[in-house]
Amino acid sequence: MATLTTSAPRLAVPGVLRSRAAHKLLLLALAAAVLVPLANARWASGSWPDALTVDLTAPLTRVSDWIIDNRDSHPLFLYFFGYVSNAVVLSVRAVYLVLLGIGWAGVAALGALIAWRVAGVRLALGSAAAFLACGLLGMWVPTMQTLALMVVAVLASVAVGLLLGLAAGLSDRLDRALRPVLDTMQVLPAFAYLLPVVLVFGIGVPAAVLATVVYAAPPMARLTSLGLRGADKEVLEAVESLGATARQRLLTARIPLARRELLLGLNQAIMMALSMAVIASVIGGGGLGDRVYQALASVDVGAALAAGIPIVLLAVVLDRVTGAAGARGDAGTPTGAGRARRAYALGSLGALAVVAVAGRLAGGLDWPDGWTLNIAEPVNKAVDWMTAHLYSGVPVIGGTADWAGHFTTWVLDPVRGGLQWLPWWSLLLIVAALAWLIGTWRTALTAVLALAAIGVLGLWKPSLDTLSQVLAAVAVTLVLGVLTGIAAARSDRVERALRPVLDVFQTMPQFVYLIPVVALFGVGRAPAVAAAVVYALPAVVRITAQGLRQVDPAALESARSLGATPWQQLRQVQLPLARRSLLLAVNQGVVLVLAVVIIGGLVGGGALGYDVVYGLAQGDLATGLVAGAAIVCLGLMLDRVTQPTERRAKKGA
Amino acid sequence: MRVRGIAALSALFLLTGCGAADMTKQASPFANAGGTRSVTLSVQSWVGAQANVAVAQYLLEHELGYRVDTVQVDEVPAWDALSQGRVDAILEDWGHPEQQKRYVDDKKTITDGGGLGVTGHIGWYVPTYLAEQHPDITDWKNLNKYASLFRTPESGGKGQLMDGSPSYVTNDKALVKNLKLDYQVVFAGSEAAQITQMKQFAKEKKPFLTYWYAPQWLFEKVPMTEVKLPAYKEGCDADPAEVACAYPHTPLEKYLNADFARSGGKAAAFLKKFKWTTEDQNEVSLLIADQKLAPEEAARKWVARHESTWKAWLS
Repeated sequence: MATLTTSAPRLAVPGVLRSRAAHKLLLLALAAAVLVPLANARWASGSWPDALTVDLTAPLTRVSDWIIDNRDSHPLFLYFFGYVSNAVVLSVRAVYLVLLGIGWAGVAALGALIAWRVAGVRLALGSAAAFLACGLLGMWVPTMQTLALMVVAVLASVAVGLLLGLAAGLSDRLDRALRPVLDTMQVLPAFAYLLPVVLVFGIGVPAAVLATVVYAAPPMARLTSLGLRGADKEVLEAVESLGATARQRLLTARIPLARRELLLGLNQAIMMALSMAVIASVIGGGGLGDRVYQALASVDVGAALAAGIPIVLLAVVLDRVTGAAGARGDAGTPTGAGRARRAYALGSLGALAVVAVAGRLAGGLDWPDGWTLNIAEPVNKAVDWMTAHLYSGVPVIGGTADWAGHFTTWVLDPVRGGLQWLPWWSLLLIVAALAWLIGTWRTALTAVLALAAIGVLGLWKPSLDTLSQVLAAVAVTLVLGVLTGIAAARSDRVERALRPVLDVFQTMPQFVYLIPVVALFGVGRAPAVAAAVVYALPAVVRITAQGLRQVDPAALESARSLGATPWQQLRQVQLPLARRSLLLAVNQGVVLVLAVVIIGGLVGGGALGYDVVYGLAQGDLATGLVAGAAIVCLGLMLDRVTQPTERRAKKGA
Repeated sequence: MRVRGIAALSALFLLTGCGAADMTKQASPFANAGGTRSVTLSVQSWVGAQANVAVAQYLLEHELGYRVDTVQVDEVPAWDALSQGRVDAILEDWGHPEQQKRYVDDKKTITDGGGLGVTGHIGWYVPTYLAEQHPDITDWKNLNKYASLFRTPESGGKGQLMDGSPSYVTNDKALVKNLKLDYQVVFAGSEAAQITQMKQFAKEKKPFLTYWYAPQWLFEKVPMTEVKLPAYKEGCDADPAEVACAYPHTPLEKYLNADFARSGGKAAAFLKKFKWTTEDQNEVSLLIADQKLAPEEAARKWVARHESTWKAWLS
């Protein structure tokens, strides 16, 4: 299994204790036997001892005041942040004006053209249809605003990600230094850094773009580095033997060889950026996200959905198009000689110009007012009907409100109670044991330190409250996700039927289902868990299904020939062989559930999620940022506890 | 490549006007897109605020020829945005003395835009059907007697007092403690969640106790009766930890960005004069929130019915 060596001294122990796991546990027990009485003697309390906390309120408030007082006069702002901010505003404006200038017909045609060149006729039609649907829903201008924001944010993320990825890919030392930074950027809940970004840049587009870059750059950086490191050694040697300089080697061999990873990075950056579009609306990012957010204020699910659908459509189209581009990287360069391609390009540009001008002459640039479809009303009727009939009084099984109540009293309360009852040092020990068993002493150390940091920040109790919700949500997600994944792996028809549903679940802005979730489950922790499950489920289903499908057909075949029933095949062959995928599914489930803790705060989940939202709403850097940091620590801890060693070893390869 | 980078950088410097980049003068990139004059208004998350903005936007666009952008922001960040000129006006402020001191008195980047004409009041409310069943429930002194009625899975054996969005002004935790009430404050986390939950309770005629505020359109759909708290006296809420009195009645104020107030022309003059009544605001709010009309549509209806009111704002 693990190829990494532990630093634990190898004692010669007989019998059962020889196994590596027992080894680790024994050592841990020894350490505990020494340390726990010490700790208990000094700070004998179940909860994290006050003596070991640091209150950051005063310094953080001072920082926030300093920024506000100096923002209009200090050179740092006048000559640096001011320029960054201006550059963002100018570029977003430029893209927006171009999009408005081409007009709706032109934009739809341009989208179709790009999709056609990259991914074929079907996707071209799809993307044109998607753009037209945005118009039909009455969301043309907001869609263009979001698109302008996305173009700039994605370009910036790709640039930043490329730079970081190049650094990490070419230098081992930089790679080691960057990895924790990237880890943190990814588990940091977006809401937590909206506040500092807003403080520096103010409400609006610049802050929204920069927050998006922080969120979307890490996958690009990771995949760039992975691509550079994964380049075929023989090709590189060949290039080197031809006497190429380091720079030539990079430009002519390593980067082209990493094309597939780079395109996958672009794909990921786009998806991450789009998922920020709505969150960014909280700080005045405008566009579709703002429409979703404003619709929430009047509790209008229909209107929120009308703005959410274009986001889903954009996401699906962009995902498929960039995905197709990445897949084609394998097959080598596209067909057609240089001249033919140029003719193609010229022809298409000509066609594009004709469409744009025709659109302009025919009906102006704005989407025609009459051509809109009002979906808000029927949607609201449907939601009303659903909640009216499911909320309570359903015979036998009871209404959703009852379920939520039972879930809270029977699952959430005991888990929270148990976690908060456990002495603080025992939790540290449990985490150390779990992380060490699944990984190395390094992962165990990180996990323990992360958990300890939560205590030091003074958020022990609320963090355990959040943790109990996360654990419950992950458990529900895994049960539902693995079962659905098994169903999808066993039947092509189920998988095909599931795909669009999963797409929608994954890309639909969480704000849209906030109200239905409350309408079904009431205010509290139960709807928070429900929202998290909805968000994390698709990834778990996909990973499980894929893992099961990749199980060696020969192994399955031999099991079948031995007369194993489908159930036996699943339990004794497929599931054990797909163990790595299942572990990955657990890990992704945890990470994704954590990403919606904040959304939980918006529906009554309380604890850390509420604190972060509170910090943002009240401009209270101390509360918001510290709670955000606690979420990060929680994320790091859970990630280490659920992240199998093999994956870590592979990542650095 | 490097040369091109420098060229691009210097072009950027030229575009941004060399030297200092003024962070107080950056409008939204979507503003003035068609070469028109534009105003950016901040909208807060409650429907009353949407109603103000909808009507102001309608009149600015149709009577004065401006283009209006709206941005939804929470209250405190909205003050910050206002001081930076990212938004030009807040039309409904519920009283933020700290922000007022910082931006209006000290930095002078924001000016008072006059009253909105609406008086706001925060309080504790129970649905009227419950108050009719138990007439004495509307006095805080009797709340402990009824605590078990308000129990939920979230309230841990106590009665539940539902609070709303984290952006709202609230002393409820201190109140529960200082008045020795057997209640647990449960934060719904957003007004949308709170309204949804209240509607669900009302549909089943279940008892609930909630932090709520007037003017608010929901009163028309779910009639509620205020619970009497110890009377408000000037300064009784000075120490947040020691509060043991009701919330005050607050005349709602408008605030404008100082530069905009000086040089905003007709738009600024109009926004300063904008002043209507609680009934007016509720009329528009109900159209938006209950009948689900688009804000613009709701504003159009109100404008058609109340010409004399808004004509005065334009003169």
